[in-house]
Amino acid sequence: MINEILLMDGYGLYVWTAFVFTLLSFVSLYLVIKIQYIKETNKFVSKFGTLNSERSAFAKSQKINREILYNISKI
Amino acid sequence: MFKYFEPNKIFSITSRAPKYVLLLFVIILSIGLTEALIFSPEDYKQGHSVRIMYVHVPAAWTSLGIFSAITFLSIIGYIFKIRNLFLISKSLAPSGLVFNIIALVTGSIWGKPTWGTWWAWDARITSMLILVLFYIMYLVAWRIYENNEKAFKITTIITILGIINVPIIKYSVDWWNTLHQPSSINILSGSSIHVSMLFPLLTMTAAFALFSLLIFLMKYNTELIKIKNKGLDRL
Repeated sequence: MINEILLMDGYGLYVWTAFVFTLLSFVSLYLVIKIQYIKETNKFVSKFGTLNSERSAFAKSQKINREILYNISKI
Repeated sequence: MFKYFEPNKIFSITSRAPKYVLLLFVIILSIGLTEALIFSPEDYKQGHSVRIMYVHVPAAWTSLGIFSAITFLSIIGYIFKIRNLFLISKSLAPSGLVFNIIALVTGSIWGKPTWGTWWAWDARITSMLILVLFYIMYLVAWRIYENNEKAFKITTIITILGIINVPIIKYSVDWWNTLHQPSSINILSGSSIHVSMLFPLLTMTAAFALFSLLIFLMKYNTELIKIKNKGLDRL
C-alpha cells in the first residue's frame, strides 16, 4: 500500500516532485510575507516608542494605530 | 459604498482574519491532498501522472483569477481615484505570481511523462510564461515608484496590457494546435471529468483560493502598517 502510494507505477517521482514543489512554494511565500509583517510592526513599535506623550496620545486616538498595537501584543 | 472598505474601518477585521483563514486552509488542504494522492483514481491513459493535475490546474486558475481581479480593481481605482483598491491589487499580486510559477513548473513536470519533454513553445505554455512576466513587471513597478500617482498609472497600464493575454491563455488550446490538452471543465457546457476526479480538483482549488486569501490579508496588513509608519514620521 505504502509502496504503491510512493512509487505510483513509476510516476511517483514526477507526482511527488510537483506536490513538494507546490508545498515548498506555499511555505516560502508564507514565511516571506510573515517576516515582512513582523519587520513593519517592529518598526511601528520602535517609532511609537520615540514619540513624546502628546504625540503618542494623538497617535493612539486613531483606531487603526490602537489595533496595530493590540495585534503586536499578540505576536 | 467604497467608504465601508476604507482601511481604517476594515483593519480590525483584516488583522484578525488570517489565523482563521490559515486554520480553514490547513483543513481543506489536508482533505484535498488525501483525495488527490490516495483516493482519486488513476487515469486510463495517463496513469498516476494525472494526479499532478490537482496542483497544476488550481494554480493556473487562481493565477488567472488574481490577475483579472488586479486589472479590474486597478481600472476602477484609477477611474474613481480610490487608493485602497490599489493597495488591495498590490497585496494580491505576490500570491498570483507564485501560483503562476507553480502552474508552469508543475506543468513542465507533468509534460515529461506525458509528452516526453519538459518544455515546448506551445501557445498555452508560452502565454502563461508571458503572464509571469506581466506579474513581475507589475511588482517591479510598485517597487520602483512606491505608493504615488505614477505607480497607480503605470501599474494600471501594465494590467490593461496583461489582461489582453488572459483570453489568449484561455482559448489558446482551441485557436491553435497545441500539445496542451483542451479544457476538461466548462461552466456553461458541463465537464468531461468524472466526479471522483472533480471532487479533489475543486477541493484543491478551494484550498489554493484560501491560501491566496491568507497571503492577501497578511500583505494588506503589512502595507497598511507601512503607511502608518510613514504617518508616525510626519507627526
